[in-house]
Amino acid sequence: MSSKDTYILGIESSCDETAAAVVKNGREVLSNVISSQIAIHTLYGGVVPEIASRKHIEKINQVVTEALKQAGMKITDCDAIGVTYGPGLIGPLLIGVSFAKGLSYASGVPLVGVHHIEGHISANYIENHELEPPFLCLVVSGGHTHLVRVKDYGEYEILGRTQDDAAGEAFDKVARAIGLGYPGGPKIDKVSKEGNPDAIHFPRAHVGDSEYDFSFSGLKSSVLNYLNSLEMKHEQYVQADVAASFQKAVVDVLVGNSVHAIEKFHADKFALAGGVASNSALREAMQKACEERGVKFYRPAPILCTDNAAMIGSAAYYDFKKGIRAGLDLNAVANLKLGERAY
Amino acid sequence: MKILAVDSSGLVASVAILEDDSILAEYMVNYKKTHSETLMPMIDEIVKMTNTDLKTLDAIAIAGGPGSFTGLRIGSATVKGIAQFLNIPIISVPTVDALSYNFCGSDRLVVPIMDARRNQTYTGIFDFHDGNDPEVLMEQCPMSVEDLAGHLNEIGRPIVLLGDGVARFRETLDELLTVDHIYAPAHMSRQRAGAVAVLGAKYYAEGKYTSAEEHEPEYLRKSQAEREREAQNA
Repeated sequence: MSSKDTYILGIESSCDETAAAVVKNGREVLSNVISSQIAIHTLYGGVVPEIASRKHIEKINQVVTEALKQAGMKITDCDAIGVTYGPGLIGPLLIGVSFAKGLSYASGVPLVGVHHIEGHISANYIENHELEPPFLCLVVSGGHTHLVRVKDYGEYEILGRTQDDAAGEAFDKVARAIGLGYPGGPKIDKVSKEGNPDAIHFPRAHVGDSEYDFSFSGLKSSVLNYLNSLEMKHEQYVQADVAASFQKAVVDVLVGNSVHAIEKFHADKFALAGGVASNSALREAMQKACEERGVKFYRPAPILCTDNAAMIGSAAYYDFKKGIRAGLDLNAVANLKLGERAY
Repeated sequence: MKILAVDSSGLVASVAILEDDSILAEYMVNYKKTHSETLMPMIDEIVKMTNTDLKTLDAIAIAGGPGSFTGLRIGSATVKGIAQFLNIPIISVPTVDALSYNFCGSDRLVVPIMDARRNQTYTGIFDFHDGNDPEVLMEQCPMSVEDLAGHLNEIGRPIVLLGDGVARFRETLDELLTVDHIYAPAHMSRQRAGAVAVLGAKYYAEGKYTSAEEHEPEYLRKSQAEREREAQNA
């Protein structure tokens, strides 16, 4: 280990994955351990916060131990611990935050509180070593839909966000309605490959006062109305066509607003981030839109799109370099805004 | 032997350091700040105040539950982080047992009641007539205040009640209890890490502890989603 290298232990527990990772110099992943709870939440059709919290506390020590072991390091070899402190589910967040504070306190290794979305954006630094701000980034996941201008490391301007459901949430709700179950994103993506995306025209919502904001609840309702109207007529719907048409409507809106921002800000780099960045239709459409405009397109591998701690380690690295440190009173903040620091 | 003790099971946050037979420091805060903000700074404060080198700790004792689910987990996750690095065990002390220890030696039956929401208490019945080692007449459990009063009336002995459930259930208890009953004064009515430490030392000597990795809270109750799902499937 060269003395000028910086190693960060990342810890993430904002939703239903207990994760820990060791990241070198913000870009190189030495380990990336994720313990997923998806099997248990599938029984309930979505993430149950109390159950998620209980699972996190069962797993947190072994996930962190495993991440250090795989990296061949001790905690005292790390320069800092980076932990997600928001946004997310408060119960789950508190497990990572409390554990990280205890570990940091006992070991003397400094602590950095990380914004979860900033983590998702930073996943692109891991995958693409040449990527540096400024660039535009679309963050889409089960809980978030943000179109962001990344002006510098840790400096963000939110151009647009969803005014109701997150894109991933709409995927989950529609998947449930057409009998695909949880998690909706991957299931709709898969079944859509056999469907006709132009079979049904669902509305693309335009949000009145903000040119970059999103809205997905109207789209979700119109899918439900469509299903109901067929049911009234005792007609069958074609699951793959509904899935593909719904997915196309979501992708059109996401890509549409992104392209609008690319043109407005003359962006030359564009990155996708978040769980829904794994969606194949979104990736293809966004890549095509970027290529047509000569914009360099970035996206993390699926393992870095889902909630993970390597992205938290990466984001923590840039904060750590700026001298940012969290105190022992660091609290979890469920609705933490991007670009806001609550400590 | 040195033990750090933590209780964040209820509204109170409390931490203590025990060395052999002596409590070196005890710190209790009953204020509306969250445990997430108070607990670690409180630990830091007593560690500094007593010049404690963390490496000299033999174990960490924690009020393991029942209690507020979130409160239990903040304490639990914190000590799991500390104990993991120090490579020392965690001693889980039942919250209600620790509360009863505030009245160690009492001639009255000791009955802690915690507000368990959903119109229930977490409670237990302890008889200290034989010294410091109580006879447990009823182990800690969730129970309605009506059922608890029924049990106590049946036993028919004088009692002392304590805990954060008193404020909530006092009127009902006065109405239902036919036995001689008193309520604990403020300084003896809340969770105290000192009691967790003393009981923790006892458990430690008996080998009753787990690794940091194995430790988890004892909720005494399933999550609402699990209960509803079981009811549906029943």
